[in-house]
Amino acid sequence: MNEFVFLWRRPQRPPKTPQQMQETMEKYLAWFKDMEARGHLAQFGQPLEPKTGRVVKDKGGNFSDGPYAETKDIVMGYSLIAAKDFDEAVALTKGHPIFDEGGVIEIRPILKL
Amino acid sequence: MKPDDTLFRREAARLLATLTRAFGVENLALAEDVVQETLAKAFEAWSYNGVPPHYSALLARAAKNRALDIFRRERTARKFAPDVRRLIESEWTLRPALDAMFLPDALKDDELRMMFTCCHPRLGEDVQVALVLHLLCALGVDEIASAFLVSPAAMEKRLSRGKKLLADSGHLFELTAADFLPRLSAVHRALYLLFSEGYHGASALAVVREDLCWDAMRLVRLLVDHAPAATPATYALAALMWLLAARLPARIDDAGNLKDLFEQDRSLWDEELLAEGTRLLEQSASGEVLTEYHVEAGIAGMHATAGNAHETRWGDIVELYDVLMRIRPSPVVALNRCMAIAQHQGPAKGLEAVRGIEGASRLAAYPFYPAVLGELELRRGRTEAARGHFEEARRLARNDGERRFLDHRIEGCARKALS
Repeated sequence: MNEFVFLWRRPQRPPKTPQQMQETMEKYLAWFKDMEARGHLAQFGQPLEPKTGRVVKDKGGNFSDGPYAETKDIVMGYSLIAAKDFDEAVALTKGHPIFDEGGVIEIRPILKL
Repeated sequence: MKPDDTLFRREAARLLATLTRAFGVENLALAEDVVQETLAKAFEAWSYNGVPPHYSALLARAAKNRALDIFRRERTARKFAPDVRRLIESEWTLRPALDAMFLPDALKDDELRMMFTCCHPRLGEDVQVALVLHLLCALGVDEIASAFLVSPAAMEKRLSRGKKLLADSGHLFELTAADFLPRLSAVHRALYLLFSEGYHGASALAVVREDLCWDAMRLVRLLVDHAPAATPATYALAALMWLLAARLPARIDDAGNLKDLFEQDRSLWDEELLAEGTRLLEQSASGEVLTEYHVEAGIAGMHATAGNAHETRWGDIVELYDVLMRIRPSPVVALNRCMAIAQHQGPAKGLEAVRGIEGASRLAAYPFYPAVLGELELRRGRTEAARGHFEEARRLARNDGERRFLDHRIEGCARKALS
């Protein structure tokens, strides 16, 4: 088994109404539950604050805001998924609700020696 | 009651009511923004490993902290009502004032206050109901529009008209106000209409509509639990809703077909809801005022206790409809009365009563008017006439459920004609 970081990238646009939020949340949870049941969930991971971020540029601690302000698909969080290989990792994203929200999933394998 | 699949809506409504009190009703839009932001954050956080056990307290705290920030930032820039301004002048009063506002008991009163505020006498009933759905059930404009079969633009207009009037009125309705009881009647009416829209409404989506019923029941429960609002009429209205809701599981069969009262499998009626409805009905039987809710609940109660349509005491039901026609006459009530007469004295008498309905022209677009005519003609054995009426009803049907229901009737007529 290998571990992959799934970076959840999507527009910072939550569903419009409370009901839609609840329904979307339930779809996300269902996907996690499925991963857990099939032994693919290494870590839930964390959501990230969507509207703030700083990029530190040098040793002096100079930073700029962002870089996310104009980016369409900002990283909204990450999770750790266990899969045999890239092909399986990609296959596991099938049916993930993020695509309905105009988002994408960036998959990065954890480096191995 | 139904499980927690309306958790976000319920919490949104609670927070909105309290934030509106905190900011003042003239800042309703600000309160709506804060609710949206708070819930959006919760949505992001909980999409990973679920809703935490103390979600309600967590949300209240998050909303309170946002409110604190806003007060500090906009103390001078934004216009707050004088009583709010006094509280937020210094940190010494701001923090405890907000802490007190977000206590669970206070939250409940805020919802009541909001409910009474939405039923402002200068708003039409359609606007009141839309506001209740938007502000107390946290349904979006599109969601309400689809339940009422109007365009989202029209619903948007209706809601902003209502919200503007509330904002202009300058204050929320106080539960100790002198006009509490008249306003309570308006609230009853709005909740009754909300429930009816869910129960008999035009929207095609059964799920959307049932949600309206549960929402109305949640709100009427708030009235029952608040002593001054728990009048006999409140109990009667609650009884009516519980007794009707008990029939929901039998109203649509597995194939999605609508079933009328006579065809329903009564073993599917929800016993808990029936029992609670019956209890509420008993509690409504005090005082001297007989409201339309008492009568309607009485009728629903008779159906609830009858094993089937034949065992039903139709004579008593006709009498209750007579009373209802005196208290709150309407063509729809008249039509239901005719069905009861037909049950009691036969289809010929029923038809005679239908022809005698005053103001029947108001039923011109109501599919169940020709459907009742068809039903009664069919029972008299006049298949051809019945079929004509059912076809007329089919033309007027408002959604697929109704159309399928009437298609069955038309087919039934065709089969009878052949045999």
